[in-house]
Amino acid sequence: MADKSVAAALNPKKSVPIMKWVTPIIIGWLVPGGGHIYQGRMQRGLLVGIATIICFVFGLLMRGAFFEPQTGDLLTTLIYTGGNVANKMVGIPYFLATWLGYNQADVAGHVHDYGTKFLAGAGMLNVLSLVDAYEIATGQKD
Amino acid sequence: MPKIALTHLETAILFALLISVVLGVVTKKTDKDRLQYGLYCFACFVGTIFGLGWLMKLGHG
Repeated sequence: MADKSVAAALNPKKSVPIMKWVTPIIIGWLVPGGGHIYQGRMQRGLLVGIATIICFVFGLLMRGAFFEPQTGDLLTTLIYTGGNVANKMVGIPYFLATWLGYNQADVAGHVHDYGTKFLAGAGMLNVLSLVDAYEIATGQKD
Repeated sequence: MPKIALTHLETAILFALLISVVLGVVTKKTDKDRLQYGLYCFACFVGTIFGLGWLMKLGHG
């Protein structure tokens, strides 16, 4: 008994119930910044959410392309499959854009290219905010 | 849907601004530290943009 309480004190992450952090992570994934807002961090949630959505919208306005998963050599797999995961990490805005028929072909041009990076970058920004939401949920951060 | 065409500089600065906001918010623990770190990141990004820009210009001759 004493061993368990010592272990829990040494490793507090293990003592956090799974639903305490899974819910904000899922909300934060679907709605950028939602994980923070769900946990009462309205200001921070709005800041990261708005930054992520602005990044995504600029990517769309620059006619960036969504990555399609491809396999082959390591670099191709990493870029295209990783890019596809990054696109999906934006959550509802990504699914809404594809559902509404946004389907830009990957064409040459620096504006399109930047747009593609903005779309993937928005997903990466949301991943950062999910990590923060997780740390708040597990008590590692205020 | 309208299409926008930003220049390289405008795009890089916009991207730097958005990343700096998120980095500032998620990495520090107090509002003052967040603001300072966000500004620091943005200054580093902009400094790098201009530094590399000049390096490329000088490299091209």
